[in-house]
Amino acid sequence: MLSAQTFGDPGKMKEYHYTGPVEHRFSPYAFNGGTVLAVAGEDFAIVASDTRLSEGYSIHSRDSPKCYKLTDTTVLGCSGFHGDCLTLTKIIDARLKMYKHSNNKTMTSGAIAAMLSTILYGRRFFPYYVYNIIGGLDEEGRGAVYSFDPVGSYQRDTYKAGGSASAMLQPLLDNQIGFKNMEGVQHVPLTQDKAVQLVKDVFISAAERDVYTGDALRICVITKEGINEQTIALRKD
Amino acid sequence: MPFSLAHGTTTLGFTFQGGVIAAADTRASGGGLVASPDVNKITPIHSHLVVTSSGSGADCIMWERILIREIRLYQLRHRRRLSISGAAKLLSFMMHPFKGTKLCVALTLCGWDKEADASDCAKTLADSSVMTDQDVMTYSTSPNSGPRVIYVCSDGARLQGDIFSVGSGSPYAYGVLDTDLRWSLSEEEAISLAREAVFRATHRDAYSGNNVDVFHITAQGWTRRKREDLKEEYYRDMEKKGGDMREKKQTDKTGN
Repeated sequence: MLSAQTFGDPGKMKEYHYTGPVEHRFSPYAFNGGTVLAVAGEDFAIVASDTRLSEGYSIHSRDSPKCYKLTDTTVLGCSGFHGDCLTLTKIIDARLKMYKHSNNKTMTSGAIAAMLSTILYGRRFFPYYVYNIIGGLDEEGRGAVYSFDPVGSYQRDTYKAGGSASAMLQPLLDNQIGFKNMEGVQHVPLTQDKAVQLVKDVFISAAERDVYTGDALRICVITKEGINEQTIALRKD
Repeated sequence: MPFSLAHGTTTLGFTFQGGVIAAADTRASGGGLVASPDVNKITPIHSHLVVTSSGSGADCIMWERILIREIRLYQLRHRRRLSISGAAKLLSFMMHPFKGTKLCVALTLCGWDKEADASDCAKTLADSSVMTDQDVMTYSTSPNSGPRVIYVCSDGARLQGDIFSVGSGSPYAYGVLDTDLRWSLSEEEAISLAREAVFRATHRDAYSGNNVDVFHITAQGWTRRKREDLKEEYYRDMEKKGGDMREKKQTDKTGN
């Protein structure tokens, strides 16, 4: 039987031994794993996620991607508690439609990011347990990435990893895309092909070392031509 | 909740003869992870007021937005700009209903109160946020105008003072500031001192780090210094020390 004690730390189960009487409370949250990553290029953006949905020691599904297409130029990646991810994406879709009907135009990536921040903060005292990353094109056609914390703190980035393997992926991205912690290296701008290859490599590494990441990788490449999706197999163990 | 929110910081603000200096690091930490290495912790509210934020990232962003909105509304309704202490009081009263909740906001309002003069009431909306020719270098040290630093937090505190440092790195920053801070510092010395205080705090506090932002507010408004990576500062400092830590060499106070 799962209890609040089981979810003391995200993704970690507590040990089973008797420690004395403990109060068990129903926890409204669960941790369903998954990793999301977004990279912004000069004229493209990439949002990628694994497709494994897990809970505790079980895998619920091997085909549950965490990228959600919002508009023709914006994709949202959300990981954390799947129930809150679903509700949040439903609310965002509804708000996008309302904006379209009131203002007769599609929301821009920056506007969606600002709106998501207020939606998340609206639940400041009972947060959506979701780590969001928005990837898309800004009004000038340049790639944009916006990363959020569960209560709506956000900023624009060049690249960001979120979810269970984020701590493993982020330093690698800092090194390869941000050229951090290297001396005397030429800063070449990131091409679309190199970025896609980097994303694949990075997820393959994450699947090796993070139990909650694996099964398959869904990559959405956003350019002014539209959104191109591809699926690559990952480790299934 | 099974997750942590963005937290941890070093910010500081102080007044001196040349105005107000506000400085902060740029690290946002969530638990033990650096959630972001390049956050903006100093936000301009209007041309003569900036706010340094500490505590929960989302709360600070939201309350800064609310403050900007309310100050603008006040300006439109009353055709004059709210004073720094007025803005602090407004913010404090707005946060009061949330006392006792998990809201975690600690802001330092750093700004310059302009002298209220007769022409203020006649100002139109168009030029209410624009600098006028009346803003000159000298100012009177009357209690209602000049440089001001006020600390406001979600626990309900609202304190005016000459120097404040907020956040997990503040004890280290206070140590550096208290040694050398004087009213008569020059502009370069004050900026250098603020940078040094944040640098030392980021060195010792695990939850502060990455870069330092420095803002300078005068009667003409706020100006922002280019963000500096403290990694470079650390290597410069090691070179100056020459490896022998006991010999405290004369540090370069006018360093850029």
